[in-house]
Amino acid sequence: MSNLFNIDIVNPEQSFLSKDNVFEVVIPAVEGEIGILKDHIPIISFLKPGIIKVFSETEEQSFYVEDGIVEFKDNTLSVLTSSIFDLKDADKNFVSESISIAEAELSKDNIDDQKRFLLNHKVEVLKSISIN
Amino acid sequence: MPSLDDLRKRITSVKSTQKITKAMKMVAAAKLRKAQENAEKGRPYSEKMNNVILNLSKSITDKENAPKLLVGTGEEKVHLCIVLTADRGLCGGFNTNIIKKAKSYFEKIISENKTLKIITVGSKGYDQLKRQYKSYIVENISFKESKNINYFDADKVGKIIIEKFEKNEFDVCAIFYNKFKNVITQIPQEQQIVPLNEDKDDKDDSGNDNDYEFEPDEDEILSNLLPKNISTQIFKAMLENSASEQGSRMTAMDNATRNAGELVDRLTIEYNRSRQAAITKELIEIISGAESL
Repeated sequence: MSNLFNIDIVNPEQSFLSKDNVFEVVIPAVEGEIGILKDHIPIISFLKPGIIKVFSETEEQSFYVEDGIVEFKDNTLSVLTSSIFDLKDADKNFVSESISIAEAELSKDNIDDQKRFLLNHKVEVLKSISIN
Repeated sequence: MPSLDDLRKRITSVKSTQKITKAMKMVAAAKLRKAQENAEKGRPYSEKMNNVILNLSKSITDKENAPKLLVGTGEEKVHLCIVLTADRGLCGGFNTNIIKKAKSYFEKIISENKTLKIITVGSKGYDQLKRQYKSYIVENISFKESKNINYFDADKVGKIIIEKFEKNEFDVCAIFYNKFKNVITQIPQEQQIVPLNEDKDDKDDSGNDNDYEFEPDEDEILSNLLPKNISTQIFKAMLENSASEQGSRMTAMDNATRNAGELVDRLTIEYNRSRQAAITKELIEIISGAESL
């Protein structure tokens, strides 16, 4: 029996990625990374800034996402996100710009702990991208 | 009876108008294709979003403590209406149809002695509504500068709505836009987004599969998701609207071009007739002049 399932990544403008031959996807869910294999139980969660890794039969892809919702049901993983890009086409300027925006946000006083945590995390992830 | 000169001037003026409408039709046709593509591309996102929310709301057992964006404030006193129109005219009944739909809703609200608040998106809607409903309009947003419909604009509107909801400024929120059916038909739509109305047809599809695992819990996901859903719905409405606008403009300009053509034909016949009449008249004058000699 095959151990493959489907993945659909959509953003508001268009369908970003649609594949039917992936065997593992790692998603940065809000309470920690989740690895999803075939026949995972139905789950709904949302994302924190991080990297989605998609392992398919032929290749391995990584995408940076800022936020979004994931749903897994009937062996279809749907990722809804408004900001996503392929790490391969990462634009250095855009990444460093995002870092400085996030850092500026961090330096404000009126943010709560949860937001501070997310922003710190975002900066960390973005920095790791810009090094590679 | 207009003189020959007048007629000639009119024919040239109608012909140049025809040129303009023809060009506008071509432009609208090109834009329509793109807008339609965008509308179709945007559909999966809003459909998926709807599905997730539907599944979530099914599994919420504690209806009383559910987020207010989903179940409402329990009152129906203040209605907020978002009227989405185009920024440009010359597109047939496009703007008027939305306004008409919205106005009948406004009248209903006012006659029931409820409070009405209006947000207009797009300058044409504001122009048409300010005459009659000026005192109800709380905000007027226009995205004239954005070349394309983008999610950030929709998100801006969504944030305004949520901010107002958190300040308890309204109980019910509805949006008005044109749904794109095909090039000739656009249907004005009224859609309630706060509280969220579940589609009744979807309710019967296997209510037993709500065995989702949630991480974090349902409430937190819902309160995170619902604001996004509002922006998504607005974005969807904006996409449908832009496709409808171009479709409507294309049909309107096609009609205008055809009408101008008919008018030119009629004027040309009139012009030829009166030219012929003038020649005949001159001939008769010459002949009768020659006879009298």
